[in-house]
Amino acid sequence: MTKPKIASDWMAGCAGCHMSLLDIDERIVTIAQVADLRSTPITDLKQPDESGVDVGILEGGINNTANEEVAHTMRKRCKLLVALGDCAVFGGVPAMRNFFTIEESLRRAYIETESTDESGQIPNDPELAVPTRVRAVSEVVPVDINVPGCPPDADTIFYVLAELANGRIPELKDDKLSWY
Amino acid sequence: MVAQKITIEPVTRIEGHAKVTIHLDEKGDVSRAYLHVNEFRGFEKFCEGRLAFEMPNITPRICGICPVSHHLASAKACDELYGCPPPRPAALLRELMHMGQVTQSHGMHFFELAGPDLLLGFDADPATRNVVGLIGANPELALKAVNLRKFGQEIIATLGGRRVHPNYAIPGGVNKALTAAERDHILAGVDEAISTVKVGLQIMKDWATSHQEDVDKFAVFPTGYFGLVTPENGLELYDGKIRLIDRDGKQLECFEPRNYLDHIAEHVENWSYLKFPYYKKLGYPDGVYRVGPLGRLNISDKIDTPQAHAELKLWKQINNGKPVENTLYYHYARLIENLFAVEKVAVLLHDPDILSTDILNTRRDFKGVGVGVVEAPRGTLIHHYWAKENGQLEKVNLIVSTGHNNWAMSNSVDSVAKTYISGHEVTEGLLNRVEAAIRAHDPCLSCSTHAVGQMPLELELLEADGSPFRIIRRD
Repeated sequence: MTKPKIASDWMAGCAGCHMSLLDIDERIVTIAQVADLRSTPITDLKQPDESGVDVGILEGGINNTANEEVAHTMRKRCKLLVALGDCAVFGGVPAMRNFFTIEESLRRAYIETESTDESGQIPNDPELAVPTRVRAVSEVVPVDINVPGCPPDADTIFYVLAELANGRIPELKDDKLSWY
Repeated sequence: MVAQKITIEPVTRIEGHAKVTIHLDEKGDVSRAYLHVNEFRGFEKFCEGRLAFEMPNITPRICGICPVSHHLASAKACDELYGCPPPRPAALLRELMHMGQVTQSHGMHFFELAGPDLLLGFDADPATRNVVGLIGANPELALKAVNLRKFGQEIIATLGGRRVHPNYAIPGGVNKALTAAERDHILAGVDEAISTVKVGLQIMKDWATSHQEDVDKFAVFPTGYFGLVTPENGLELYDGKIRLIDRDGKQLECFEPRNYLDHIAEHVENWSYLKFPYYKKLGYPDGVYRVGPLGRLNISDKIDTPQAHAELKLWKQINNGKPVENTLYYHYARLIENLFAVEKVAVLLHDPDILSTDILNTRRDFKGVGVGVVEAPRGTLIHHYWAKENGQLEKVNLIVSTGHNNWAMSNSVDSVAKTYISGHEVTEGLLNRVEAAIRAHDPCLSCSTHAVGQMPLELELLEADGSPFRIIRRD
């Protein structure tokens, strides 16, 4: 049997879910044995394989145009899409921005903050992504498996990866749900 | 030949999201390279209206790699704001948690993020130039690295209940005392952690010796250096005054962190969501400085633990006592700090106050304004809050570690691109060196873009009019 291919990326989050993934500690060796880790933020392939991957994992919500692209590309190239962590599942702490207008948030950060000097301006170079309302992944593309938690604990992540690597859909209930 | 542009997106093995654009002139030489930090989150705005005591739990969500730094900087800002300085045992316990974090973050960066470049090579196959490749190439070393990170993470979990986003520091102290059994359990892991850090140090020294040419031409430039110090100008990560030195090592300032606005300001460029802090008296960009491991060792005359101090003495010889300017020596400095952090864990655990249950100051003398500063793994982290009398926040200002290094990272990208890239024979390995220039700083772009964090790599060659010419993508 060929190893299932797994790709991941992070968007509007904090990298904490990927850190929790690394918190599986030495079990990373097991994962490397049963799955083929493709593009991830901690490896050097930049995009999920064009030929497709079996599992796509997204951490973080979607808060700008670049994240929208990441979500669409991942969805298109993976068979099963996992939303990892509260930001991906619900929007999380970054979604608190939705209580303000994007303009208000940008003005505070780049013009009004006490340490910002007279060069203050809202960055808008064409190279930069444009901020949007903060959304859960499922508001932008269909999600197959939601793994909540801030972050989900390492045991839960290991369980999810191991089940997927073995061709089963993980069942998330009871101690597999972290609500804190 | 027409002018062209190369885009690297995403930049990998760093925290967060960024892209690099490299502009080539008609001859195919690099005219200018930019680091664009490509995300904005807006914590400074959306925390307005929250109650100040919530901040030690909200702000760690700025960064999952160094959540403890935000947790502690926030708690320190709250100590001031509510007027409730923590009792000594609480400060020791917070510092212990911080040392756990420095150990896991520095260890992970060296072995798991930057390590593949050094251990497998800048030009290694990008499909395996990563931690899994490292497991394959040297499983014994990879396991040591995993255990070093685990040692640090377990300190955090022992104190704060969990490894990422712990719940521990509160205004006036911490919420749980340490037990003797917990202390002994942590102490039992110290020797192994020190031995792993020393393995890393030896790898780094050997690599520097065999790659001296790279070390000496890879983004070497003068700046100021900035960070906390002990009263004797020793290395300090948790609490102290901020010392700023110039490019020659002369002290420019040594000030109380709460007065940071008197000394530094942030410049904004249109092409990045990450601001550019600088020393006000010298202005921008003359007043730029570097933070993090390289900056901290340059401002420190000594280290208060013996093994790290011995390493610092060797490190100071690199540039005959003058500040070390080589970007690749960030890795070396990081490992010396890692050694200090593990030694400091033992020092703290042997302190007679460490098991005390006097961990919370419940008397408050409300001030309404508070500044909290710690040395996060990546540099000086500043939280500044203003609250109404009911504790509701009116304003929040954050200057995050990686931000201070923004100019240096951008300059490193420009410098490495100019040194290594010429003409149109641009290989993946050369582009990886450009990324490595960023990686050396161990940026945390989620942090720096609290306000702002995304580093993605694709190479896009554009005609002079901006139309796409060729795209090189790593996938």
